[in-house]
Formats: sequence, structure tokens, C-alpha cells
Amino acid sequence: MLSSAETPRLLRSPAALTFKCLHTSPILTPASTSPSPSQILTNRKALLSRQTSAVDLAKSLLHRLRRYEPQLSSFLYVSPDDIVLKQAEELDNRIKNNEEVGPLAGVFVGVKDNICTRDMPSTAGSRILENYRPPFDATAVRKLREMGAIVVGKTNMDEFGMGSTTEGSAYQVTANPWDLSRVPGGSSGGSAAAVSARQCMVALGSDTGGSVRQPASFCGVVGLKPTYGRVSRYGLVAYASSLDVIGCFGSSVADAGILLNAISGFDNFDATSSKQEVPDYASQFVPLDYMESKPLKGLRVGVIHETLGNGVDSEVVSSVRSAVSHLEELGCTVSEVSLPSFSLGLPAYYILASSESSSNLSRYDGVRYGNQVFGEELKSLYGDSRAEGLGSEVKMRILMGTYALSAGYYDAYYKRAQQVRTIIRNSFKDALDKNDILISPAAPSVAYKIGEKKNDPLAMYAGDIMTVNVNLAGLPALVLPCGFDGGSAGMPVGIQMIGAAFDEQHNLSRDVRSPCPWVLVENLSFVRERVTES
Amino acid sequence: MALTLLRGIHSNCFRLYPAVYVARKHVRHFRVRSSQGQTAMQEKQQTQLKASPKSESANCPYNYGAHPNTSVCPVCMGLPGALPVLNSKVIESAVKVGLALNCKLSLSSKFDRKQYFYPDLPKGYQISQFDIPIAAGGYLDVDLPVEFGGGHRKFGVTRVHMEEDAGKLLHTDNGSFSQEIKTFPYSSLSYQIYCAFIITFTVLFTPNQDHHFHVDLNRAGVPLLEIVSEPDMRTGTEAAEYAAELQRLVRYLGVSNGNMQEGSLRCDVNISVRPHGQEEFGTKVEIKNLNSFSSVSRAIDYEILRQAQLHSQGQADQIVQETRLWEEGAQKTFTMRKKEGLADYRYFPEPDLPGVNLSEEYISNIRDSLPELPETKRRRYENMGLNMQDVLFLVNDINVAAFFDATIATGADVKLAANWIMGDIAAYMNNEKLSIDDIKLTPQELGELIASIKDGTINGKIGKEIADPSEIEKIVDKVLANNPKQLEQYRGGKTKLQGFFAGQIMKETKGKANPALLNKILLEKLNAKP
Repeated sequence: MLSSAETPRLLRSPAALTFKCLHTSPILTPASTSPSPSQILTNRKALLSRQTSAVDLAKSLLHRLRRYEPQLSSFLYVSPDDIVLKQAEELDNRIKNNEEVGPLAGVFVGVKDNICTRDMPSTAGSRILENYRPPFDATAVRKLREMGAIVVGKTNMDEFGMGSTTEGSAYQVTANPWDLSRVPGGSSGGSAAAVSARQCMVALGSDTGGSVRQPASFCGVVGLKPTYGRVSRYGLVAYASSLDVIGCFGSSVADAGILLNAISGFDNFDATSSKQEVPDYASQFVPLDYMESKPLKGLRVGVIHETLGNGVDSEVVSSVRSAVSHLEELGCTVSEVSLPSFSLGLPAYYILASSESSSNLSRYDGVRYGNQVFGEELKSLYGDSRAEGLGSEVKMRILMGTYALSAGYYDAYYKRAQQVRTIIRNSFKDALDKNDILISPAAPSVAYKIGEKKNDPLAMYAGDIMTVNVNLAGLPALVLPCGFDGGSAGMPVGIQMIGAAFDEQHNLSRDVRSPCPWVLVENLSFVRERVTES
Repeated sequence: MALTLLRGIHSNCFRLYPAVYVARKHVRHFRVRSSQGQTAMQEKQQTQLKASPKSESANCPYNYGAHPNTSVCPVCMGLPGALPVLNSKVIESAVKVGLALNCKLSLSSKFDRKQYFYPDLPKGYQISQFDIPIAAGGYLDVDLPVEFGGGHRKFGVTRVHMEEDAGKLLHTDNGSFSQEIKTFPYSSLSYQIYCAFIITFTVLFTPNQDHHFHVDLNRAGVPLLEIVSEPDMRTGTEAAEYAAELQRLVRYLGVSNGNMQEGSLRCDVNISVRPHGQEEFGTKVEIKNLNSFSSVSRAIDYEILRQAQLHSQGQADQIVQETRLWEEGAQKTFTMRKKEGLADYRYFPEPDLPGVNLSEEYISNIRDSLPELPETKRRRYENMGLNMQDVLFLVNDINVAAFFDATIATGADVKLAANWIMGDIAAYMNNEKLSIDDIKLTPQELGELIASIKDGTINGKIGKEIADPSEIEKIVDKVLANNPKQLEQYRGGKTKLQGFFAGQIMKETKGKANPALLNKILLEKLNAKP
């Protein structure tokens, strides 16, 4: 168990764990007024100064992971202790021998189950891939490992990423650490819950229509959706290829930024990955103490008008508005922008994502790998394997997508949705020409009860309204906690900050206070500080 | 890579109902029958086209004849999370072929997914080009062989597009067939063949659904070009000649070895027939499994006959839209699968690959680097005064043409050079099963030989051939005895000197020695222990 000095302090501990699970735990400190420090940097310092050993760190983390797992069910697979400890031991030896260690040495990572790992099952939350072990690591995972990170397990998710609650997993339902009767969001709910409960330091997720950002908001952690193409998709089980991105979860913006830095970059194995240079996000972090009184002076912030109106919970609106006014105090120029096409994003997204998924999921035919049901003939082999292996939400989306791509319907659905996508992309571009970042809530509500929307897919889809547009436009966005629903006893609220795609970043970064959301790291932590004060 | 993969995937990864697994004993059946020398050549050329969507970062080169599923990687297996990557070499090949076929190139084309379920299609879709092919609207000039009546034809080319190959279904035994078609005089009908000639894409399959089949994914994901012709051919011979010209073209361009046996060049044909006086063509029927030019020709003639017969019996309604398989053994076509209505492939743009954008500069660089193409060569040789038979022979093989060009570059008489190459040298190559690159005679030596004949150093009239081994042996002995220094050099490893000795012997015999016999005896003597 960690001593409190080495423990990353929580801004506010998840209530459920404090009261229901962790009431005896000495490690959680009361609400703090300073922002979450970087777990990665804190641990690195402790390791290199030999205040602690990687083995001790691993032991306490695994202990914690296993302790909360029965309540949370955030992992589908946890790496055996001896394997994790062996990696930690090797790291300790390197440190002992004064050998060089990787930038992510001793970082314990959770990986969403749709990201391939060669030593662990990768099921994407689906029965059809039950026990499937890929023969290769996803590029993002390979990079993390090369930098010394230790993968502790695979996190739960909605089957193939199709869902917003993680209830769509074929295996288990994950609980929200802040209230165990609530969903953690989805589809990367396992990763968000695990980081929120500190079962791992950081986690990888994937974001096709908000699957990193919405659970980050629901679980009160930082979630980062990079620009499309920033991170290689090689090894990410495809849901909708033109929208999918691997994203990062951390308990601080710094951790999310460091993680992004590690996994970004062009990859020979992904033709859609970008050759755009990867800036060292971490080097641009400015420690709080060195900041002037108006550190964000000159930053143009546009609040998206359409995201604070009808259908959005008033508590969410007021949390976001107070965060915005704080940004203003920090020197930002705040204005309201209108994106009239905003509401078109949801239907366009569901048509495009379903269409692509109907194609991407064709490979699960039971022939080469995965769940297979024997049949008298080929057709029944296909049919039965898929009928048994795929869940109902997945089948529904495959049917919708197949319909949308069928002859005679293509123009009315798929093609039209692509046209809407272009309109949305252009309207974001216009808004980002005039503003450095755009702001909206991450979700129209806080985390809701498990089972609440399970039988109402349209209500669940509607919850994605805040996030899907960003995927359609391929832009980067950061979600971070900005308040609580119903006061400090309530559920976390997340604010979403949308930046320009990396292509524009260089033009704009002449200013040190770059508009790129994750460069603001420590700066944005002010938002949280103020929230807890108020 | 492949081995890692096999270990990595759980044990039923290649299973296909009913309980199919990769059985090694079936493998031999499908292996290469070519010699070592040819195999080496194939590999070189395949590397060029195999590139594959998976492959700029390639870790699984395609080798024809490799054991099933030993040349596979996550990409061609369609494993979750694997992504296709396009090799720029494929685009270069496509541009070359497009230019050589006089097509208009699309400066901006894209890839699409063609979706259907089939065991040889690992991803459930094939990456292809749908509405915007990289090249379209061209033509191919063909000179028909003299024995088929000769003449020049221009066949339209509808489009050239890039796509990936599927895997291969290997079947364990042949289905049995009972269909009989009697010979039928079809002269009473005028017919027209719609011949869509396509490079590659043939699935080996058997009409008998009852037995086990195996899936070999070695070639899945290998990039290929599909070339679709206009329905301009009228006979099986015309279609086969068109095919042969395409093969020549891809070999000249160096984009493929064009080997039909290996499936490097594959051909599907669509045929429709119309009775005399009818304006519209009948239902078109597709024929697959055409593994040689002669099967292209015979299958088409057979299918014309079959359709014509049905027309004449008033059973034209039995000509349905279907895919038929040419059975070499039976010399007939058989129904492989009937197409129920129009297949909906649900094409949509491939999101995993960026669009293909060509610059004018890129295209003109490739245009400038194109070799002299068969048609241009034929016209040039024709203008030199060679007859069409000679022209067709020389141009048929790019290496023979190059040998000829090098020979006449030494100043040799055009007609004599052609005669030598088509006569003695071709006979020798044929007997010894050698290609022109393998023979020891160089174009320079042939040039000198021809010059010697012309200026009378040796008898210009190559008279009666000396075919008596003992007589040739005597001359060989004499030549070897007169050139001890060269003999020593030869035995020291300078085997190229064989040509020198052959030349000396020819000189001695005034060119009358039977070349095959001469070389046989000469080699024996040269390689004999001193």
C-alpha cells in the first residue's frame, strides 16, 4: 500500500469508494484545493530517487486493483501478479544498475479490450472473440511497452465499442466508482472506471463517437480524444474506421498528455496515420507557481451555443458556465459561437458508424478465428456463428448499416450523411478560425442509473450529441471534470474543449499559450480548483 | 511471421466447415511444377506486384507454390485490428498498364469495399475500385497470327482498376458431370461475344458442394490489376490473341510475370449470343477457370456453340445469368453458381486507405520510362521489311526481341538475323529447353557470324546440314586442338567461351553443322576430363 506522500491525491474521492469500499482506506485524502498532480511524473521521481521501488508500487497497485474489482468489474482480464512483478523487478534492477529507463518506466496501464495485446485476450467485449489472443500488439501498446510501461490488464467495454454505458459488454457490467448503482459511461467505461478508482495510473480507450470523453465525464477523470490520424489504429479492433481513434485516460491532464505523446506518430501499418510531427506536449506544461495572474490571456474561447440549451441538464449547464467564467478570469476572451449544423451530427454519425461497422464486422464469420458454430452448410456456419457470437446492439447496428449501404438507399442515407459530415467539418473549421478552443459539456447529463436506458437505445444515442460531431470533424478534444451535479455529493460533470486539427496547430502555436487543449494542462487545472472552492 | 501467427491464433483458426484443417498431404498436389531457374525468375517479378495492400511494411511476401497458409500475416488473415496499407509500386504498375493501354488516367481515384461473404475472403469484403478506376477508355492493338487469317484488330479497354486478391479454395476431388452438348452447326446464327477480359481474379472452385474444401490465404491481399475489355471480340481465337497481347504487355512493362498457370494472369470471359437479325444481345454468361490461352479460345467456342444451340432449339430462356466453369478434362463449361437477381455488393469508399492522387509530373515520368511496347516494335520491324510471321515471332518474347535488336545493332543484316534467331537458335532453345538468356551465343557473336557469311568468309549459302555426329566430332576435336589456350581458359571457368568454340566450328563447317548436335558434342568434349 502506498503511503499518502507518494499517493496521487484525488481532488475529491469517488463517493462510492469512500463510503462503501474505502472507508477504512488511509490513502484517500479529503478534497484538496490543488489540482491532481501527474501520477506518472510523481512516481517517476519517486522511483528514480529510489524513494520507492517498482515492485512495491506494482504490489500496492495490484492489491488495489483486485480489492475494488468485485465492486467495479472494470477489467475483463488482469495480468497475473508474477508477470507484472517480474517486469517491475527488471525495472528495479535497471534503476539499481543506473541503466537508462524508458520515459514510461513503472507506469501501470489499463488497455481497453478492443486494443490488441499479444499476451492477453482481446475480445472487444464480444462473445465472438471469446478467448481470442492476437498474435501481435497494437502499435499504441507496442510503443507504451517500448517506453517501459507495464500493461496490467484489459478493460471492459460495450461490445465492439457500440454503446454508451458499458452495459453492452457480453461479459459484465461495470459500475461507476462514484456511485456503484450508476453506469461509468461507454464504451470505454472500464478504462474510465479503472483510472477513476486508481486501479491503474492511466488507460487507453478508443473514441468513435465519444467513447473516451463521455465515460471520462461520467467518472470524473481526464479523457483525451486525439485528432484522427494522430495515433495509429493498427491493432484497434475496427468499429467505424473513419471515426475511430485511440484515446487516453488519466487522473490529470499531464498524464493524459504524456500518454498521448507516447502513442502518437506515423505508423507504416496504418495508411491513415499522420506524418505530422508530434510535439512534446509535456515540455509545454507550465507549473502553477510560475504562472502570471492571467495566464490564459489572449486565448480565444468559443462556447458552442447549441450545446447549452434544451435537453441539457441545468446542473451540467451551470457547471460548464461557471468553468467558462473562470476561464475568463484567467484571461481568456470568451464568446458564444453558433454551429447550426450541430444537431445534424447525431443522425449522420449513426448512419456512417453503422455503415462502416456493418462492413468491418463482416470478418467475424467463424471461419478463421473466434466463436464458431458448426453448420450443415456454409450459410448456416456464417449465420449461426454470428447469431450466437454477436450481441443485440451490434446486430442492430449491422442491420442499420447494411440497410444504409444497400442499392437504392445508399444515396438517401450514406451519401447524404457524408454530405452532412462535410458541412459539420466546415462549420467547425469556421468556428476554429475565429476561436482557439471551443467549449461544450461532454455529455448532456451526469452518469445515470444502470439499466435506465438499456431498453431505450434512442435515449442512449441522444446522449452522444455532444461528442459525435467532433469525430465527424476528426478534431482533438479534451474532457476534464469541472464540477458536480447537485453539489459536492453528486456525480461529476465534464467540460469538453475542442481544438483545431494538428494541421492548424502549427500556425496557431506561435503563442506560448497555444490553443491546443492539452498544452494548457496545468493551466486548465485551475478550473477544477475553483470548482471545489465554490 | 507466419509461424508466429500460427502459434498465436488458437487452434481452430483455419477451420472451415465441415471440419477443414490444413492437411499437408494435399499440398503437394498444388505445388509448382516449374524448374528452379524459372522459380527464381518468378520470385523477382512477384515481389514487384506482391507489394500488396498489407505490404509497404511487408512481412509476408507472396511466393507461388508455398505451403498453404505459410505466407500469411495478420493483414491477409483479416485479423481484428489489422489494416491494409497500399504499396506505391502497385499504383506505378497500374499507371504503366493504363498508359500502355492508351487509357485516360484518373488524377484522383479511390478505393472501395466490395462486400460479400465467402470463405476465401478473410475480411468479408474485397478492397477494389468501384466508380472511379485509375484508368479507363483505352484500347489494345493486336496482330492476329497468319495461321488464323492474320489481320490487325483494335480491342477497346473499358477500364483498369486496382484491387486485392482473395484467398484460394483448394478442393480435394473433382465433381462429376453429366451434361452433354453435341456438336451443332452454328453458322445459321449470327452471334456476338461480349468478352470482358480480366487480368486475375479467378476462384478455383468445384461445382460439387458435397466434399471438403480448404482455404489457402497465401495470396489473400496480394494486389492485382483488373482490366476489363469492351465486347469487341468475335471468336475464341480473337479473345485468346487479346489475352496473349496483354500477357506480352505486362511482361514488357515488367509489372507481372503474366504466368497463367500460376494465376499471375487470370481471365474471366463474359459471352452473349444473339440470333441473326436480333438487335439486342442475349443474357451474358460468365466463364471462369481459364488457365491457358487455348482454354480461353476453346471455352469461348464451346460456349458460343452451347448458347447457339439453345437459341436454335427455341430454348433461349435457358441461357441464364450465371457463372460457368471451364473443365479442361471434359472440354466443357458447367454451371458453377447461378446469379439470383443482381448481387448487391454494397460498395462504399474504403476508409482505411487514403485516395490515390496522381500528379501530371508523376504520370509523365512514368510515360517517359516506358519501354518500347509490342505494338510499336511490330510496326518498326514491319517497316524494316520483315514479314508478319517473323515480326510476330520476334516480338512475342521481350528477350528474343532484345536479342534481335542487339544483333542488328551490330550492323547485321535484318533478314539474316531474323532467320538465324527463328531457325537454328529457336530450334536449339526448343530442344534444350532454354530461354534466349540462357544460351551462350551473344548477339555480338551472331552479328559477327552473319557478317562473315555475308562477306564470304564462310559460305553464305548455308547448305546441307552436317548431322553426322562422327563428322562433327572430328571437327570439334580439330578446333579444340587448334585453340589450346581458350580451352584452358574454358576449363578454368570461362564457360562463355563455348560460344567462341561454336563460332569456330561453324566457321570450319561453313555454318553447316547441326547446332544442337554441335553444342551437345562440343559440351561433352569441353567438359571431359583432360
